[in-house]
Amino acid sequence: MPTPAAAKRTLAVVSAGLSQPSSTRLLADKLAAAAVARLADEGFTTRVVTYELRDFAQDIVNNMLTGFASPRLEDMIEDVTAADGLVAVTPIFTTSYSGLFKMFFDVIDNRSLTDQPVLIGATAGTARHSLALDYTVRPMFTYLHAVVVPTAVFAASEDWGSGDGGRIDSRLATLPARIERAAGELASLVAGSDRSTRVRDPFELPAGFNPAG
Amino acid sequence: MQFGIFTVGDITADPTTGDAPTENARIKAMLTIAQKAEEVGLDVFATGEHHNPPFVPSSPTTLLGYIAAKTERIILSTATTLITTNDPVKIAEDFAMLQHIADGRVDLTLGRGNTGPVYPWFGRDIRDGIPLAMENYALLRRLWREDFVDWEGQFRTPLQGFVSTPRPLDGVPPFVWHGSIRSPEIAEQAAYYGDGFFSNHIFWPAAHTAKMVRYYRQRFEHYGHGTAAQAIVGLGGQVFLNKNSQVAKREFRPYFDNAPVYGHGPSLEEFTSQTPLTVGSPQEVIDRTLGFRDYVGDYQRQLWLMDHAGLPLKTVLTQLDILGEEVVPVLRAEFAKNRPADVPNGPTHESLRQAAQARQAPITAGPVERGDLDTIAAITPPAGAGQTGA
Repeated sequence: MPTPAAAKRTLAVVSAGLSQPSSTRLLADKLAAAAVARLADEGFTTRVVTYELRDFAQDIVNNMLTGFASPRLEDMIEDVTAADGLVAVTPIFTTSYSGLFKMFFDVIDNRSLTDQPVLIGATAGTARHSLALDYTVRPMFTYLHAVVVPTAVFAASEDWGSGDGGRIDSRLATLPARIERAAGELASLVAGSDRSTRVRDPFELPAGFNPAG
Repeated sequence: MQFGIFTVGDITADPTTGDAPTENARIKAMLTIAQKAEEVGLDVFATGEHHNPPFVPSSPTTLLGYIAAKTERIILSTATTLITTNDPVKIAEDFAMLQHIADGRVDLTLGRGNTGPVYPWFGRDIRDGIPLAMENYALLRRLWREDFVDWEGQFRTPLQGFVSTPRPLDGVPPFVWHGSIRSPEIAEQAAYYGDGFFSNHIFWPAAHTAKMVRYYRQRFEHYGHGTAAQAIVGLGGQVFLNKNSQVAKREFRPYFDNAPVYGHGPSLEEFTSQTPLTVGSPQEVIDRTLGFRDYVGDYQRQLWLMDHAGLPLKTVLTQLDILGEEVVPVLRAEFAKNRPADVPNGPTHESLRQAAQARQAPITAGPVERGDLDTIAAITPPAGAGQTGA
C-alpha cells in the first residue's frame, strides 16, 4: 500500500462522442470507473477529469487555424497531458477515428503524451469496424510515444445488449470482461506514474545545446 | 523607445473588391509605405523575407537600399532575415553594404522562417533549423568583427583568410535582433550574445510572449550583459484605427475574416481578446499598447503590422497618418514616464558607435570578461548620447 501522500492519481478521459447521450461517452465512463476501482483496490485515490471534445470543437478548429489554443482549450490540454493516465475513446467513422478526435491530438504538442499510459476505446454500429482501433488509433498513440495498453476496447451496438452470464471472465470476452481486463492493464501503469506531480520546464534546452554554435 | 512598422509583403486580394495588386504594384506600395512611415514620424521600417508566392520581398537589401536613398532618418530593418538558409557570408556583405549606403540606419532581425520547403530549395534540411541558426550567426558575427576569418563548420564551405567587404561602417556591425515565437534556443542565443530579442507577439497570446521575454531577460543577466531590466526587447503589434471604434471594427472585419493567417477561424472579438490585435480608436490602441509594458517590462522597440490581408494602399496610408499623428506621440510621452534611467533606449548606429568608442578609451572602460560581447557598453549610453529614435 502506498503512503497517503503518494496515493493520489489523476486520470483523464477524452470522449469524441457526438450525440447526447453518447455510447462513446458511456464506454469512456465505464473504462474510467473500472480503472478507478482497480486503483482503489491498490490504495490509490483517483481524480478523474472528463472532457467531451464536442464541447471544445470550435476551439480545436481555431487552434488548427491560428496555431495557438484558446485559454479554455489550453487549460483542458494541460489537464489531459499532465494526467497519470488517459482513457481515449472515439466513434469509428468511415473506418477510422473521427476527425474531431484526430484534430485534438493534432493540435497538442506532439511530445506532450510521451510515456503516458493510455487505454484506447472505440464504438461503432457493428463489430466489423473493431480492427480500426488497432490500425488507426493505436499507431497514432505509438507515434506520440504514449504507452498504449495491450487490450483496446471496442463496443459495437450489440455489445450493449449482451451480458456476461453473471460472472466477469476474460475467457468469455464479453464487453464487461474486456473493460475489466483493459482497466486492470491501465491501472497498473497509472499506479507507477509520477506524471501528475512532475515539474515541467517549457524552456528546457535540448541536451548538448550550445548557443555559440 | 523606437516605433515603426513591419511588412510581410503579401499579395492578398482585397476581400471587399476581389482585386489583388500585381507584384510590381505591391512592391511599389511597400516603397511608398516605407517613405510614409518616415513622413509620419516613425523610427523603423522592417521588411520580411520570403521565397514563395504570394510574397514579394525575396531581396530585402535591394528594397531597403532604395528606401535608404529616399529617406533621411528612419532605421531600415528586417522581419526577418533567414539565418538558416541564407549564406552568412552574403548576409554579412549585403547588410554592411546597406549600412554604408544608409549611413548606419540599418539593423536586422534574424529568424528561421515559416515555410518548410525553403530549406530544401536552398539546399538545407529543416531538421537542422536550430543548429543552422547557431552556426551561421556565430560566423556572421566573426565576419563583421574580424578582418581575416579562418573558419570551418558543419554546414558551409570553410574559409581561409576571408575578408568580408565592405567592413561595417565605423567598425560597428549592425545591431542584431533574434526573432522567435516559441523556441527557447533562440532566446538563449540572443541572451548569450547580449543581442536584442524580438517577439513576434501578434499571433500568440500575451501570456506566452511574457514567458519568452522573461526567460530572455533572465538569461541576458545570467550571461553578464546587464540586469534583466536592461535587456533589449522588441515587440510586434497589429492595429486598425478609426476615430470611431465601431467604424474601425466594421471596416477591418472583412479583412480579418478572410486573412491568410487567422481567417475563417476565431471571431475578431475572440482574436482581439486572446492576442495583441487591437481594432478601435486611437485611445484604445494607446491603452492596449501601454499595457504591453505590464508583462514584458520597459522595452525598446514596438513595430506594427499595418499592410497585410489585402488592405489597399490608400487605407494603409490613412492608417499610418492616424498612427503617426494620434498614437505614437502619446506613446512616446507615456512610455517615457517612470522609465528607469538605466534602461537603454533602442539601439542606433550612433549609440553603438559611442559605446564602441567608450570601450576603446582606457580610463573609462571597465573589465570586460568576454571581448566578443559588445552590448555591455552599448546598454549604458555615455552622457550626451544621441537621441535618435529615443
